[in-house]
Amino acid sequence: MITVEHLTKRYGEFTAVDDLSFEIEEGHVYGFLGPNGAGKSTTMNMITGCLSATEGRVKIDGYDMFEEPDKAKRLLGYLPEQPPLYMNETPLEYLKFVGEAKGLKGRELTRQIGAVICQTRLEGMENRLIAKLSKGYKQRVGIAQALLGDPKINILDEPTVGLDPIQIVEIRDLIRQLGRERTVVLSSHILSEVQAICEKVLIIAKGKLAAFDAPENLEKLFLASRGISFVAEAEADEVEEILKGMEGISAWQMKRAEDGNVCVEVQIASGEISDLSRSLFFAFAGKQKALLELTAKKANLEDVFIELTENDMPEAGMAKGESKESEAADQ
Amino acid sequence: MIAVLKHELSGYFHSLTAYIFGAFLMAFVGIGAMIYNIQQAVANFEYVLSFVSLAFVVLVPILTMRVIAEERKQKTDQLLYSLPITSVQVVAGKYLALLAVYFIPLCIVSIYPWMFARYGEVYLPASYGSIAAFFMMGAALISVGMFISSLTENLGFAAGIAISVILLNYYSVSLAEHVSSTAFGSVAVLWVLSCLLGVMIRFLTGDEGLAYGAAFVLIAATGAAYWIKPELFEGLLPELMKQLSLFERFYTFVSGVFDLTSIVYYCTVIGFFLFLTVQSLEKRRYH
Repeated sequence: MITVEHLTKRYGEFTAVDDLSFEIEEGHVYGFLGPNGAGKSTTMNMITGCLSATEGRVKIDGYDMFEEPDKAKRLLGYLPEQPPLYMNETPLEYLKFVGEAKGLKGRELTRQIGAVICQTRLEGMENRLIAKLSKGYKQRVGIAQALLGDPKINILDEPTVGLDPIQIVEIRDLIRQLGRERTVVLSSHILSEVQAICEKVLIIAKGKLAAFDAPENLEKLFLASRGISFVAEAEADEVEEILKGMEGISAWQMKRAEDGNVCVEVQIASGEISDLSRSLFFAFAGKQKALLELTAKKANLEDVFIELTENDMPEAGMAKGESKESEAADQ
Repeated sequence: MIAVLKHELSGYFHSLTAYIFGAFLMAFVGIGAMIYNIQQAVANFEYVLSFVSLAFVVLVPILTMRVIAEERKQKTDQLLYSLPITSVQVVAGKYLALLAVYFIPLCIVSIYPWMFARYGEVYLPASYGSIAAFFMMGAALISVGMFISSLTENLGFAAGIAISVILLNYYSVSLAEHVSSTAFGSVAVLWVLSCLLGVMIRFLTGDEGLAYGAAFVLIAATGAAYWIKPELFEGLLPELMKQLSLFERFYTFVSGVFDLTSIVYYCTVIGFFLFLTVQSLEKRRYH
């Protein structure tokens, strides 16, 4: 549906997006994840034709965005980071303009405006001035605009930013609903959001693609970072002795808590977490030392994200390579 | 384009812009008609238009300051870029809407000569010819104002620059008498203009090589021409200032001559500045 090939954007010396290539298929919700300044908005602006690329190309359903922008743009509905609203108009006037610019006319225009107002729950607000609407409603007008013309692809740049929790839930439901009929690409730096609604995640860091896979697969990729943390009622050297005698542990960190107990974080080298938890439990029980807490730490998207975006990405290549394998396996 | 045109028109008529512009234009024409046609009982409506033309210094910036600058300020330009319409369509739609807002009060004004003709001898062809030229001159000034608005997102800045540019153009003929008419003076000014052109190219295309190249070639060419045949540049600067004045050309119509070359000149100015406006919009995309 969307093919991005070697997309690069340079501003003088600064490279905002660096040789980005990926392919987005029809009918899923894709999450575009990255820290602030990673190049999310720049990439989205280039995909939607709002910004030219220094190098590379973008194809929307086979149409090149830079060569046949008219045909490519008809397939897209875009909500930029800041909703592009005319403040001194009402949502109805605004949607009418956008619909007409997208080539809708007469009865079809009226029908579609009615439909998107209904979908984004703007009923009752359509004749108020946009300037007087709350942030949540403004955001909905922005989304309604992107839905007009029934585009096959919706690109939403941080659609839930600045909304209250109830509005966030509503917008997420709407996005999920949209994802059933069309392709939705949304950007975010909120991990839980992406985890909650996206079927595939693209992580970008410093303008480069760091990972592209389903959230569950990404978590699996980072099993290396899993471990066990526990609190033991014992002296540090006793804990050390027990841990030295165990297999499957690569490293550990110890800290003495204020109440005299020892907090330990163990990194697992091999084996299942549950097996290791069991042997830890019995090892301490055998020495008559109580374990007050025992928690298995699983990698979540957050760890993946931090690892990919903060380190200088030696893992990124691996994540990319393996993600292709797991994608193949999925099919 | 039709969508942009309709949208702009509804914007002008929903806000005060169209009414303020129309009211001011008609007030100026009204005052002029009262002074010349009624109190002094002159039968030439052309003089009124000539009297009103100075009002463009204020009227055009009122109309054009927000046309593109406001899109940038509200970030709605991003919407225009993402919609399946081209920059040419956006600029054409916006310009036609501005012309419509300007055309409506002018339609009312064009009743005046006909009214005066009922009470005395009025040479109508000269009156209506002048009204047509007045429309063309306004259209040219609006295209200049629109281009200036596309350069910034600051409305005040857009208005200020437009006022000074139009004022400079208005007085360029009187100023022409005071500038140096020597050959070297003209060459020096041409060099400065070449540098300015280079800066403009640099700003619009972001291509430094092209900007330096164009400026250098122009400077070298004028320098060489001056060295070979300095008399070419004798009195060139004042002549150039007279030729470029949009207002001076309008006075030809006021004196009763329907000068087609001036109409062509107005059309060229319109085309040139609309082209620059499109480039300025595209440049944003190429950043």
